[in-house]
Amino acid sequence: MTYIAKPKFHHPGLPKNELGYTHRDYEGKISTLCAGCGHDSITASIIEACYELSIEPHRVAKISGIGCSSKTPDYFLGNSHGFNSVHGRMPSVLTGANLANRELIYLGVSGDGDSASIGFGQFAHSIRRGVNMTYIVENNGVYGLTKGQFSATADFGSKSKKGVTNTDNAIDLVAIALQLGATFVARSFSGDKTQLVPLIAAAIRHKGASFIDVISPCIAFNNHAGSTKSFDYVREHNDAVNRLDVLVGRDPISVDYAPGTVQVVEQHDGTRLALRKLDADYDPHDRLGAQNFLQKHAAKGQIVTGLLYVDPEADDLHAHLNTVETPLNTMDERALCPGSAALEKINASLR
Amino acid sequence: MKPTDISAPDYFHKVVDCQWACPAHTPVPEYIRLIAEGRYSDAYMINWRSNVFPGILGRTCDRPCEPACRRGRVEETPVAICRLKRVAADFKDDVRHRMPRPGPKNGKRIALVGGGPASLAVARDLAPLGYHCTVFDSDPKAGGMMRSQIPKFRLPDAVIDEETDYILNLGIEFKGGHRVDSLKKLLAENYDAIFVGSGAPRGRELDIPGRKEAAKNIHIGIDWLSSVSFGHTEKIGKRVIVLGGGNTAMDCCRTARRLGGDEVKVVVRSGFEEMKASPWEKEDAMHEDIPILNFMVPVAFIHDNGKLTGVTFQKVKAEYDAMGRRNLIPSGEPDETIECDDVLVAVGQENAFPWIERDCGIEFDKWNMPKVDPKTFASTNPKVFFGGDAAFGPKNIIWAVAHGHDAALSIHKMISGEDINERPLPEVHVTSQKMGIHEWSYDNDISTDQRFKVPHRDKVIALKDIRAEVELGYDVKLALGEAHRCLNCDVQTVFSAPLCIECDACVDICPMDCITFTENGEEDDLRQRLNAPAPHHDQALYVQDGLKTGRIMAKDEDVCLHCGLCAERCPTGAWDMQKYLIDMTHAGSTCQSKARSAA
Repeated sequence: MTYIAKPKFHHPGLPKNELGYTHRDYEGKISTLCAGCGHDSITASIIEACYELSIEPHRVAKISGIGCSSKTPDYFLGNSHGFNSVHGRMPSVLTGANLANRELIYLGVSGDGDSASIGFGQFAHSIRRGVNMTYIVENNGVYGLTKGQFSATADFGSKSKKGVTNTDNAIDLVAIALQLGATFVARSFSGDKTQLVPLIAAAIRHKGASFIDVISPCIAFNNHAGSTKSFDYVREHNDAVNRLDVLVGRDPISVDYAPGTVQVVEQHDGTRLALRKLDADYDPHDRLGAQNFLQKHAAKGQIVTGLLYVDPEADDLHAHLNTVETPLNTMDERALCPGSAALEKINASLR
Repeated sequence: MKPTDISAPDYFHKVVDCQWACPAHTPVPEYIRLIAEGRYSDAYMINWRSNVFPGILGRTCDRPCEPACRRGRVEETPVAICRLKRVAADFKDDVRHRMPRPGPKNGKRIALVGGGPASLAVARDLAPLGYHCTVFDSDPKAGGMMRSQIPKFRLPDAVIDEETDYILNLGIEFKGGHRVDSLKKLLAENYDAIFVGSGAPRGRELDIPGRKEAAKNIHIGIDWLSSVSFGHTEKIGKRVIVLGGGNTAMDCCRTARRLGGDEVKVVVRSGFEEMKASPWEKEDAMHEDIPILNFMVPVAFIHDNGKLTGVTFQKVKAEYDAMGRRNLIPSGEPDETIECDDVLVAVGQENAFPWIERDCGIEFDKWNMPKVDPKTFASTNPKVFFGGDAAFGPKNIIWAVAHGHDAALSIHKMISGEDINERPLPEVHVTSQKMGIHEWSYDNDISTDQRFKVPHRDKVIALKDIRAEVELGYDVKLALGEAHRCLNCDVQTVFSAPLCIECDACVDICPMDCITFTENGEEDDLRQRLNAPAPHHDQALYVQDGLKTGRIMAKDEDVCLHCGLCAERCPTGAWDMQKYLIDMTHAGSTCQSKARSAA
């Protein structure tokens, strides 16, 4: 870790967003992770996405569990709300917070240990309920804090730093998220910010359960030959199906696309996602197709990245439950606790 | 772009903006670090080696380093480099034992005309090599314009005495009160080389109506300053007008304030912003209640039977032609007459070589200036060299010193029978500063302090005593604070592509967004694609290729804080912080092996 604070000076020509903030204004404390950790790049990507979307920092709640990845919310959005929960319990805390106040933007930050082992059930249920959130898994395939044991996402047959071969099958969180009904599913790589930043931005603007699996090499324990989550391996086996540009508001599509290569998806809130197809046959609206595509390529040892599935008309948990729009913290006591007469009425209706 | 060749001595030198801008290439960050460590004597000696007059320059330098200082691009004000130099001089111990000794005599004799900074710098470089140096000056003591024209309230005699003595004590023969009035005669004395460092001693005239009639109360600025300096002039009228906008004008008006001038005004032809005087000298003048009136051209001296009563000015305004050249044209307002008792004319200085016969092998150009090679400082007479203001017209002390170093090298090479046009390359040392995983042998924690003000003597007291130094200099605490503002630009970011795994850690941590990994391209195109704007084409892009993905690393040197966080966050040591020291070639360094002294 670094002992000095990151200097406050910033580049004099740094652009500002609509709110007058530079991307430096979205930073948090200096990272205490190992030098070169992929998680720090994801942190930088979240900062960049929030900056580009001109998000007011106090409108964001960042919630995490336990692990290297779950430490990272301390390193971005220093002026946002944060909750560092129990191991694997981020999805429940996030769901509760979201139910109490739907007006915040919810960022769930987790790791492969946090989400694929101890919190696997939590992960699954928050996805299937369609909680409006951006669920990011910083996936390095190992338990970094306890010195590099295989996690549940480590690929079968991959080797640990000490040369031990993994004999367990891997959990593919993307495949599970697709199966459980996530309405925005993507995979990316910490070493490819041009792909990752727009994915995070699009996920934040998506209404519904967004899930992004980000392969994030562990420099200390999982960046060797034999690893399938190393910089070199991911770069060699990365099969990006598309590239994304996020267009907010009425911005004209300023990028020149060759005709027929771009597909524009408009989300609920008017955000347009310009998808540049890299794989001509890939259709991000076909959940079944996506699942097949993913399995086929995984069998060939390829890591499929990009926006894999999006349902632009998705709804969220609040819509399913028909909850009140007002955040609970702005309701008065009478509304929150209508008294015994109201309770009697409800009870009577259930008899 | 082609990968940057960081082994070229100039590449990293340019990154050290202050050192690159300094004509004598003083290793600024190196001595500032020593000041921060309290090693004032070591800091002084580093300065002394480069610029010969640290105590004098620390008070009077024109500071080309400060506008260049990177700190000025990162925040509002540059590091107070000049005043830190004075700190080294003020707080050093006795350094006499660290000075070079006169070398065993080599039997060669050098004559130096003028006892100012240029000649003294030449003598300083040549005496330790065994040359017998004879310095001629019409004034009784050495120092030239440093002694005669800079007011004592800016530069006390004691400082000049100390620093000229360090040089004269190298066995130099100083012939004070001896004006050289014929180069022919000097040549006839068979010196092995002659160096002309006689300055630009003639103040420019202002030939407008009334000049002759009112001559008694119209004084040429530099002559008047020199007369004050030697105690011949002790008072001036109550109302004084100073004509001119350079540093001499500033010295004139402030001196006049101390000799009885209650109402002193500076009047300049140009606009206030375009004045030649350094901003801090203008500030000091205004602080002493001296107004500066601009866009006023003097058209006549008004007098009453030879007794000066005022100056009439035409009001002008600036207009710029299609080429961007400025013309001053009448604004149409009525002329204004300002009443006064005395006028000081400080509208420029000129060279004058009435003592150089035109038939002794020295060619003159159409401006009546000797033809001097800008690299070797040789004239068309192979034995005669020029430097300082005498070579290319009025500049300032630091330029004179730089000329002196180069001329001394030429003289040494010429007498050794070598080609003076072959200039040996400077010696460069690059050393890693890594001490531990996150430890560096320099202080990489960036101070956000604003520039510290140098304490001044109380104005009432300062204006009463012409010899009372106005600036008191930083104390140790202020000096430490100011020293910490230095960004250590000589501790270079050095990148090794084969070690890089392209994890982006350096990109993410860099507080100034200097680093980009991207596809290669031509420079203009590349500058558009960096993570932060890179509009300053004079600031290099550091480019390295050979990365696994085929991209390049491009770092804009412009506003790098040299905080070393890229190297701290690099998991593979692809970034390292390495201190770059450059030893400029001085006379003697070609034939002597030099081990750099501590520091």
